[in-house]
Amino acid sequence: MHRENPVDPGLRAALRLRLGRLDLDVELAVEPGEVAALLGPNGAGKTTVLRALAGLLRLTDGRVVLDGRVLEDTAARVRAPAERRPVGMVFQDYLLFPHLSVVENVAFGLRARGVRRAAARRTARDWLERLGLPGVADASPRTLSGGQQQRVALARALATDPRMLLLDEPLAALDVSVRAEVRRDLRRHMREFAGVNLLVTHDPLEAIALADRLIVIEEGRIVQAGTPAEVTARPRSAYVADLVGVNLLHGRASGDAIELEAGGRLEVVGAGSGEVFAVVPPHSVSLWRSRPDGSPRNVWRGRAAGLDLLGDRVRVRVDAGPQPTLVAEVTPAAVAELGLAEGSDVWISVKATEVRVYSI
Amino acid sequence: MVPGRVPVLVSATVALLLAGCGGVAAQPAASSTPQVSGSLTVLAAASLTQAFTKIGDQVHAKYPGVDIRFSFAGSPTLVTQIQQGAPGDIFASADQANMQKVVTGGLALTAPAVFAHNKLEIAVQSGNPRHITSVSDLANPSLKVDVCAPGVPCGTYSTTVFGRAGIRVTPVSQEQDVKSVLTKVGLGEADAGIVYATDVKSAGGQVQGVAIPDDQNVTAEYPIVELKTTQSEPAAKTFVDYVLGAQGQKVLADFGFLPKATS
Amino acid sequence: MVRPVQPLNPVLVVLAAAAALFFVLPLAGLVARTPWASALGILSDPQVQLALRLSVICSLASTGLAIVLGVPLAWVLARLRFPGRSLLRGLTTLPMVLPPVVGGVALLLAFGRRGLLGAPIAGATGLSLPFTTPGVIVAESFVAMPFLVIAVEAGLRSMDVRFEEAARTLGAGRWTVFRRVTLPLIGPSLAAGAVLAWSRALGEFGATITFAGNFPGTTQTAPLAIYIDLESGQLPSAVILSLLLVVVSLAVLVALRGRYLGED
Repeated sequence: MHRENPVDPGLRAALRLRLGRLDLDVELAVEPGEVAALLGPNGAGKTTVLRALAGLLRLTDGRVVLDGRVLEDTAARVRAPAERRPVGMVFQDYLLFPHLSVVENVAFGLRARGVRRAAARRTARDWLERLGLPGVADASPRTLSGGQQQRVALARALATDPRMLLLDEPLAALDVSVRAEVRRDLRRHMREFAGVNLLVTHDPLEAIALADRLIVIEEGRIVQAGTPAEVTARPRSAYVADLVGVNLLHGRASGDAIELEAGGRLEVVGAGSGEVFAVVPPHSVSLWRSRPDGSPRNVWRGRAAGLDLLGDRVRVRVDAGPQPTLVAEVTPAAVAELGLAEGSDVWISVKATEVRVYSI
Repeated sequence: MVPGRVPVLVSATVALLLAGCGGVAAQPAASSTPQVSGSLTVLAAASLTQAFTKIGDQVHAKYPGVDIRFSFAGSPTLVTQIQQGAPGDIFASADQANMQKVVTGGLALTAPAVFAHNKLEIAVQSGNPRHITSVSDLANPSLKVDVCAPGVPCGTYSTTVFGRAGIRVTPVSQEQDVKSVLTKVGLGEADAGIVYATDVKSAGGQVQGVAIPDDQNVTAEYPIVELKTTQSEPAAKTFVDYVLGAQGQKVLADFGFLPKATS
Repeated sequence: MVRPVQPLNPVLVVLAAAAALFFVLPLAGLVARTPWASALGILSDPQVQLALRLSVICSLASTGLAIVLGVPLAWVLARLRFPGRSLLRGLTTLPMVLPPVVGGVALLLAFGRRGLLGAPIAGATGLSLPFTTPGVIVAESFVAMPFLVIAVEAGLRSMDVRFEEAARTLGAGRWTVFRRVTLPLIGPSLAAGAVLAWSRALGEFGATITFAGNFPGTTQTAPLAIYIDLESGQLPSAVILSLLLVVVSLAVLVALRGRYLGED
C-alpha cells in the first residue's frame, strides 16, 4: 500500500456512504491503545461504520487511514480490499466456522496468510491460553458456551496481529447472567491490545464500562463525542438523555430563566443567554398532593402519566400541559402516601439550583 | 265338373301360392360390392413409410369406411411389439427372417405374401463431398459410415453387401431403422449410410445415391401378412389385396420399389 | 399414558396404497421375470460388459464435468446480481423438463458437424462429438447438470454469507474463502447434487441415442443396450441389465437416505 507514517498513528477516517435508507456521514479519529465505543439506536449506522472500516463496504466518498497507511481514498481511487486490511473483527454472533475446530478457527487467519500449519496452530494455542481457554482447542465451536465462543472469536481476530480491532455488539449475544463477568474480561483484553479499538453497541452500560471514549451516532451522523462522564453529564440528544435517565430540556436562556422550546418556562441559576440544554435529574423533581408552598421556583400542576418500578425507586412521568413533561424519581412509600396512580392529579416542583444548564 | 279345368285351377293356385312363398318378387340385380368398413393398424417396416402412406390414402378414398393407422419402425421392433401382444391388423416386413418369427410364433392369420422387392444403395451427402463412388470406398477408416443394427433387415443386408465387396467396415453407429440412417447422412453427421434405393429416392435433394452393382447388392424381399389379432378381417384383407393388386403395385413402383414377382 | 391414535381416513389410506403399488409393481414385475438361471451367462457377455463399463465411465465423467461447470454457474446464480439472471436460471433448468430426445436434437444442432459451434470446430480440427464417447458424456452432462446446479445454488443461498465476510477480514483471498469456507459449508448440498446428477446420467437414453448414436463399446451405454435388446426381442438380456441398473440406483438412493429431501 503506502509507506508507514509513524508520525500519525491511529485511525483517521471520513466515511460517507448510502446504504438503503441510511445516509452515513461521519468522521472518526481514534488513537492506538484507545478504546472507543460507537453508541446509538438501531439503524443509526453503527455496524455500517464497522463494515466500511473493515473493507466489507465501499465508501461513496471519503478516506480511511490507519497508522499512516491509506486503506481507502475515494478521491485517489485507492482501496484495499478487506482481506488486505490489518483489521480484526469480532462479529455479533461470533461467526466461528462450524466445520473447523476451535484451534483451526483461531489459526485460520494465519494459515490464510501463508503460515504453515504447525506454526499457526502453536500461535493459536498461545492465544487461547492467553484468553483463558486452554482446554478447548480441539473442541467444536458448537459445544462452547457463549462466553467461550466470544473469547475464541476474539482470539481469532487477534491472532493475525491486526492494527485495529473492531467489535460488533460484543456482549449482545450473551445471557444477562454472564454478561458482567465477560464484560470485565473483555475490558481487560481490550486494554491489553495496543492498536486502535473500536466497538459498537446500543447498550450504554456496555459502552461506559468498556470504553475510554463514547461516540454517539444517530441517523448516520455523530451527535456527540467525549468521555463517558462528559457525555452522560451533558447529553446532547434525547437518545443519550434517555439512556442515562435524565430529563433533558432545550430552550433559550436569558439570565435566570429559560424559555423552553417545547413550551413553558424554567427558572434556573446563571443560565447566561442563548440556546441552551437544561438537565433536570429525576431525583430533583418532587411530587405533591397539592400546590406546595415553599422555596422551589419551578412549580406546576400535572397528571401522572406512567409509573415504573426501577429497583427500589419509582419513576413517575408527569405530563404538565404547557409545561414540559418531566420524570420524577420517588420511593414506593411516597407513591402510596400520595395515592398516586396513572391519571392522578399531582403537583411537581424543581429547585432552580438543581437544574444544570449548558450551552449548545 | 269339366275334367280339364281342375288341373289348370290347381296349377294356377299352386303358381300363385309359389309366387307368394317365393318371397320378394324378382328384381333386376344391381352391381354393388358390400361396403367394407373397419379400423386398421398397419405395422410396416420404416422403408415403406412414404409408399404405404399413399396407399393408405387411396384405400380410404376407395373404401371410406376403412380407417387406417400406420406404425412404421424397424422390422425387429415391430416383431417384438407383435410378440408382446401389441394390437395390429397387418404386418409388412422388410425381410423374410423377421416375418418368419411372426409366423412360427403362431401370430399370423394368413400365409405371408411377397408384395415388393428393393435394392440397397449408398446414401451420401448431396454433392458427394467425400467422392464416394463404390462400396469399397467405404472401407476408408476416415469415413463415418452409418448402418442399421444387426437384426434390422437393412443391417443384415449391409453385412452381406460388405462381405460380397470383400471389405471390413466399422460403422459409427447402428440404427434401429433405416430412416434414422438416412437422417444421420442428411444431417451431415455421417458421410455415408447403407439404405434402400427407395429411401434415397424419397429423400429428395437431402441426400444423393451411389449405386451398388448387382453382384455386390442384395435384393430385399418384402412379405405382408394379416395378423391373428385383427379386429376387422374384411378390411385387412381388402388392404392386403390392394397392396398386391395393380393399383398398389403402381404406387410401390412410383416410389422405386421393384415388383412383387422378380423374373 | 396411552397416546390417543388419530383415526386414519380410509380414502387416504387407499390412495396412498395405490400410489405405493404404482411404484412397487413394475419393479416387482422386473424381479419376477428375471431369468436367474441365465443371469450369469448374460452378465459375462462381452457386449453386456462393454455397455456396463461404458455406462460407469461416462456417468462418472459427466458428473465430473457437471461439477466443474456447474459449481461456478451455481455460484454466479446465487451470489451475483445481473440483468437476465432469472432467465439464465430458467435456461439451466430447462433440460430437466425437456424430453431428452429434444435435448439430443438440440445438441445436434449446436455441436453436430453442421452445428452452430460444431461446424467451425469440425472445419478446423476435423473432430466432432456425435458418434464418440465424449459425445455421450456431453449428452449426459446436458441432462444431469441442472440437478447439480440447483442443489448447489440452494446450498449457497442457505449458507450464511457472513462466514465468507469473516474469512475475508481474517485475510483470506477469494479463492481461499471459497476453498476453506464456502465449499465445506455447502458440502452436503454438493454431494447430494452430484449423486443425483450421477444417477440421472447413468439412466440417460434419449439424448444419448439421438446425439451420440449407438455403437457397442463407443456409445452403447447400458440403457441403450437394454433398448436394443428389447427391440430385437432379447427380453432376458434386457431384464437382467434393467435389474442391475435398478439395483445400483436404489443402492445410491438408500445411501443418500433422504438427505436430499431434508430428512435427518
